[in-house]
Amino acid sequence: MERRQSVISRILFLFLPLILLLLFILFPFYWTFVTSIKPEMELYGKTVTYWPRNVTFDAYKSLFVDYNFVKPMINSFIVAATTTVVTLTVATLASYAFSRYRFKGRKALMVMFLTNNMFPTVLLLIPLYAIMRKLGILYTPIALVLAYTTFTIPFSVWLLNGYLNDLPMSLEEAALVDGANRPQAFIRIVLPILIPCLVATGVYIFMNAWNEYTFAVMFTNEKSRTIPVSLRNLIGQLGVQWDLLTAGGIITIIPVCVMFFFAQKRLVEGLTAGAVKG
Amino acid sequence: MIPKPKEVRSLHERKAGIWPYLLVAPALLIVVAVVFIPVLNAILMSFQSYDLRRPSDIAFIGFNNYIAVFKDTLFWQSVLRTVIWVVFGVGFQFVFGFCLALLLNKNFKGRGLVRSVSLIPWVTPGVLIGLMWRWIYDGSYGVLNDLLMKMHIIEDPIPFLARQGTSFPAVIVTIIWQGIPFFAIMLLAGLQGVPHELYEAADIDGANVFSKFFHITVPCLRNTIYVTTLLRIIWVANSVDVIYNMTGGGPAYATQTLSVYVFNKANALNLGYSSTMSIMLTLILLMVAIPYLKTMFRNQEA
Repeated sequence: MERRQSVISRILFLFLPLILLLLFILFPFYWTFVTSIKPEMELYGKTVTYWPRNVTFDAYKSLFVDYNFVKPMINSFIVAATTTVVTLTVATLASYAFSRYRFKGRKALMVMFLTNNMFPTVLLLIPLYAIMRKLGILYTPIALVLAYTTFTIPFSVWLLNGYLNDLPMSLEEAALVDGANRPQAFIRIVLPILIPCLVATGVYIFMNAWNEYTFAVMFTNEKSRTIPVSLRNLIGQLGVQWDLLTAGGIITIIPVCVMFFFAQKRLVEGLTAGAVKG
Repeated sequence: MIPKPKEVRSLHERKAGIWPYLLVAPALLIVVAVVFIPVLNAILMSFQSYDLRRPSDIAFIGFNNYIAVFKDTLFWQSVLRTVIWVVFGVGFQFVFGFCLALLLNKNFKGRGLVRSVSLIPWVTPGVLIGLMWRWIYDGSYGVLNDLLMKMHIIEDPIPFLARQGTSFPAVIVTIIWQGIPFFAIMLLAGLQGVPHELYEAADIDGANVFSKFFHITVPCLRNTIYVTTLLRIIWVANSVDVIYNMTGGGPAYATQTLSVYVFNKANALNLGYSSTMSIMLTLILLMVAIPYLKTMFRNQEA
């Protein structure tokens, strides 16, 4: 009797709400996918079908053949990969300083890095646009790399600082006693252990750069357009071609989803550490 | 004389010199160049008639932009809309995120997979989120209308995003959807840190589910809730891409939050006026940013 009651309460208070929430969270993705494999006739037909009567991958083909979707993918990849390398390098240096040195102004500097995420995107957008126009780097990948590097530095520094603080210092200290200098100790001892954390942080940076739209739409032109901007531009004057757009969407999220699944455990640990502590 | 044994000095006790400053410098330089100089620039521009469509008219005009902003009814409407957007958006993100976190904190088969999968909205670009939902809400071929009609809740399809009364709630649902995962993972991490003994002691005392929730869970999560909510408020208030790709701020400004208004004005190349408004937005957001930074500063001491 009691057992049966616990089964019912498990269904009522765990599985039922969980399924409802998951339906809400996942349905849009399902719908996006289904839309991308429907033939146009069915898409704009009288009845809405929940699984296509005829599955077609024409939209994907057309995206690459007629709309040259490879170009924005390459652009996005260049921007995101460069941003990842630059941010990881400078953020690792800075977080090493924050974690392994005690110096004047340390705390103030750390908080200053966080401040920069408090400014509204639109506040920076306007002057940056003007500045980059003057410097002649508007519409080049450099403009986006600069912007994204800046926006990903604060969290990357905090993430890496958290990971570094969790590593005991005794190994490095021992190496220093043995006559190594700090850079040697860092490269030989800290770096190898830190690699999974660097990967997690890198995924965070890459994701942000890959997904960003507001800056990309103002800082790119036809040649340097990234994926989010190209997606939006599929909306033509004749309205939206939903099969193309959803196909583009699926292509966009697959790489980041794959990366995210590999890095998520460490990434989530790092992200939540700051808020949970204290 | 016997040489003193080499002491193992802690890294923190070693003389720092200029090394830490040199290590921080590259990151600092980038941030200063791309954030702090533009912020100063924006302040300057807000005192100018900076309209790129009329480049010959660029000049300092004192507080004229600010006066114009204060007289702009669209500005005040969008401020009010931003407040509604944040209150409902973040509020429900919190409620649903908390539910999800509580569910994921229970033991069941496939929990890891469910957790990963429920995080996908968080890694999805805002543009795509906006467009996906725009298609769901579509007045002619949208799936939401079809579902509601099949359930006999409505008789005729509603063009959700094209109508004054429904467009704003519709975009708010989308931002709620986007933010649930972030709240859920933060709160889940907090939940996992609540000591089990507390619940066991409460069980012995015969406490029920609700009193355990309000007397143990919530107090233990206070800091997590506080920090996450502040962070989320800032992000949601600044969010442009979701609304912009769903409605562009329309119909008839019904979904134009302050961020979207600034973005639209900037797109129209009236940089002076949009700078002024974005400075107003920053000042409003300081009310949230300062407590957040204070907390982080304090946590750093510990």
